[in-house]
Amino acid sequence: MTLAAATDLAAATNLAAATNENLANLSNTLIYSAMAVYTLAFFAYITEWIFGGRSKIGRTAAALTASKEAAGPAVTVNKAGGTAVMERPKVVVRAAAGARDVPDGPGAHGGDAQGDLYGRIAVSLTVLAFLIELGGVVARAASVERAPWGNMYEFNITFSTVAVGVYLTLLALRKNVRWLGLFLITTVLLDLGIAVTVLYTASDQLVPALHSYWLYIHVSTAILCGAVFYVGAVSTILYLFKDSYENKLASGGEPGRFATSFLERLPASASLDKFSYRVNAAVFPLWTFTIIAGAIWAGDAWGRYWGWDPKETWAFITWVAYACYLHARATAGWKGRKAAYLALIAFGCWLFNYYGVNIFVSGKHSYAGV
Amino acid sequence: MSKTTTGAPADPTPDEQDLGAAGSQLSTAPKEELPSLPSLGVIGWARWFWRQLTSMRVALLLLLLLSLGAIPGSLIPQTGTDETKVADFRDAHPALGDVYDKLGLFHVYSSVWFSAIYILLFVSLIGCIVPRTWQFVGQLRGRPPGAPRRMTRLPAYTTWRTGAEPEQVREAALALLKKRRFRAHLTGDAVAAEKGYLREVGNLAFHIALIVLLTAFAWGQLFKMEGNKLIVEGDGFSNTITQYDDFKSGNLFSQDDLDPFSFTLDDFTGTYEPSGPNKGTPRTYQAALDYSIGAYGKDKKTTVKVNEPLEIGDSKVYLTAHGYAPVITVRDGKGNVVYSQAVPLLPLDSNVTSSGAIKVMDGYRNAKGVKEQLGFQAFFLPSYVPGNEVASQFPALTNPVLNLEAYHGDLGVDAGIPQSVYQLDKSHLKEFKNSKGEQLRENLKPGETMKLPNGAGSVTYEGTKEWANFQITRQPGSGWALGGAVTAIFGLAGSLFIQRRRVWVRAVKGDDGVTVVEMAGLGRSESAKVPEELGDLAGILYDQAPGVPDADDAPADPSVSPDPQVVPAEGAEQ
Ligand code: HEM
Repeated sequence: MTLAAATDLAAATNLAAATNENLANLSNTLIYSAMAVYTLAFFAYITEWIFGGRSKIGRTAAALTASKEAAGPAVTVNKAGGTAVMERPKVVVRAAAGARDVPDGPGAHGGDAQGDLYGRIAVSLTVLAFLIELGGVVARAASVERAPWGNMYEFNITFSTVAVGVYLTLLALRKNVRWLGLFLITTVLLDLGIAVTVLYTASDQLVPALHSYWLYIHVSTAILCGAVFYVGAVSTILYLFKDSYENKLASGGEPGRFATSFLERLPASASLDKFSYRVNAAVFPLWTFTIIAGAIWAGDAWGRYWGWDPKETWAFITWVAYACYLHARATAGWKGRKAAYLALIAFGCWLFNYYGVNIFVSGKHSYAGV
Repeated sequence: MSKTTTGAPADPTPDEQDLGAAGSQLSTAPKEELPSLPSLGVIGWARWFWRQLTSMRVALLLLLLLSLGAIPGSLIPQTGTDETKVADFRDAHPALGDVYDKLGLFHVYSSVWFSAIYILLFVSLIGCIVPRTWQFVGQLRGRPPGAPRRMTRLPAYTTWRTGAEPEQVREAALALLKKRRFRAHLTGDAVAAEKGYLREVGNLAFHIALIVLLTAFAWGQLFKMEGNKLIVEGDGFSNTITQYDDFKSGNLFSQDDLDPFSFTLDDFTGTYEPSGPNKGTPRTYQAALDYSIGAYGKDKKTTVKVNEPLEIGDSKVYLTAHGYAPVITVRDGKGNVVYSQAVPLLPLDSNVTSSGAIKVMDGYRNAKGVKEQLGFQAFFLPSYVPGNEVASQFPALTNPVLNLEAYHGDLGVDAGIPQSVYQLDKSHLKEFKNSKGEQLRENLKPGETMKLPNGAGSVTYEGTKEWANFQITRQPGSGWALGGAVTAIFGLAGSLFIQRRRVWVRAVKGDDGVTVVEMAGLGRSESAKVPEELGDLAGILYDQAPGVPDADDAPADPSVSPDPQVVPAEGAEQ
């Protein structure tokens, strides 16, 4: 290289560095703004819950007493075939033996119109915050000229964006998930709080070992799986609460007022259970793929596709734990609460793999700078 | 869309036999039996043990054990990944180290107990799959079971009365179900149909793929090899065990398994972030190679990057590290060149501050003509910035400075004890002194020469080459492992996303001469999809066999209506 060319190059890189600096600052501003809007959304969700608390709700109790009085299980009748000229046949659906037939709760607003309004405001704010945060992630990616997944700060901001994205997608698909909002936004705020305070890393380059298109495949699916597993874990926890609540009611107990007000508004335990199963089962093949993609990448980068590196080991443990959960659901006697505990353990493994392994255990994966 | 009615009174005579046949074998999952102890001697025990091992409950337990067993290996240092850490741990906690040694906790993944878990799981898996496969083949050969007598007891049910003839309705139903790709046939007064066999195919494929994957992994462990070789620009390597700096292999690997090839490192290039807060972070590492396959292969050129190994046969050549190798020439007192070589130095930090040793073993005679050995301790900064003598300021060669400390005497290399090439054993060496009587040491720039005192000769730093470290690995069976893994994903998706379900349509003349159509559906689990699909089918069939109004046209009519003896949905929920 001639000296002149070298100075030109230096000037060009300085210019690029300056734009990158600006983009990085823009990204930080956007992330902080997103946090502010999420906070507003958080208060709106709280308000929704507060308004809902004033309305009278007691559907679970009513259904449980009613079904105790009637000799047989409740039967739901669906009208088939949409608009019928003459009356079409109806499909009778019956619950499995022993299953409680409890209607789903009305949601956080508890049927209160004012509460519902706040709930809608909360969702709108969530959408706004999501877009701002997404902008922050994209600006970060542009500033470092690569996928924004090189360190834990970037991983955290992407993770919460994707988790909210999953929630909003479920809402857009008209799934009954608005009750997730408060729990989700609380953790998103925590996640971002940790990201900007403890984990913040100025933009930097990836070490060459991280340069590979498998990075895009492996890390993006890992983040998506984590977000979906998280949604599954929240509904599993709520299932456990709601299930004990229903058990208490069914055995004639009287739950506390707070528990009643809070849990009555959630879907029935059977719905929560089914929802968490579907979410976990749907993402399990993708998680399997994530691990395989990681193995392929490790094969390229480190010369072996599996080497029991701590991160690999914990991905494997997480995978086996979720496989246990799926097996448990398929085996009689392990349904319900026992399977739910397995699902929570499995999610715990995922969390440990992310935070625990990066922070407490050193391995080949932890060199990207915490 | 839906309304809720409370349940009807119980049917006093639940007839379970009928449903048993219809609901049977909707999955191939083994029946759970409660463990009851055998009393039949050795064979009885063996059978009992086998049945336990292949039960779902034990499979679940083994899976749990496998994940628990994998945990210690991620928290305790492992000899397989980091020997030095294991040694440090042993030094720090000798007593605990002994206990760990006994338990195999320094090599969890090849320990007896860990192997026991996965071998048991493996056997359980095979013991589970083989009977399930036969059972499934049997189901495919057979036909969907006929309609239960009391269809009202199924999870989804509908009925209506029509003016069409029963045969017409059944034919229409058969055609409709076949068009919907059900396996359907007519038995007695009803059509029996089933769909979603791919679920079972997927599930079996998944478990078989797991076996393939595990076998391929074990195979790879037994026949693998892994070796390292450091090469300076311009030097070459040919793939034989003696050429490796270090070499590890699986238990069944033999030397003949080495792929014959050789290569030369033409050039190594590293580029680094030139400025900003992360100045010095590496951006690219690449090595230009000249390689040939076999003894008389043609020369080819290629570049190897960090994530892009060179693949030759079953072997892969990875670029794993790099550093600098100053070119050194040593002359004796008469000016004869006794040593001329590029000396690889060991990087100490991310800015490639390096250290190493230059050992002149033979050919040197001192000023008196006596045979002696020379040693130089080398310390190298690729980017020297005045004021900082101890660390390089940037990883690239911007202002290289080589610091040399000179010694003479006996290097101790002939004693037969292996010695680090990067360190001098100074026990039999004497320092060269400068004019002030101090240890002779000098900073050299490329082209500069350090004179040894009293006509002992000189040492010249000619220039700098780079070296690269290559890891050469061979892991047979990885293609099989990948194939198994990909099959596993597709099988899993099939097994989790496809519903297996049955539909029956019965049409018979009622007592009043009007045809009564009954339809029922059964899935492996309670799922909204089964009633939805049934409603859909019923709607279409209804158009072909329209209803006739009747007083008791209600499905919830107490006389035909559901009783509490419901068929429990089998298997996992979807
Ligand atoms: C190597 C460890 C194993 C793993 C990772 C594994 C994983 C899985 C997964 C993910 C499923 C899907 C769950 C579903 O379809 O709902 C499944 C299903 C199943 N597994 Fe395994 N499995 C393993 C070993 C075994 C063994 C040893 C047995 C036999 C004792 C077995 C029997 C079954 C059966 C019968 C099903 C189907 C359940 C159904 O039809 O719903 N598996 N397994």
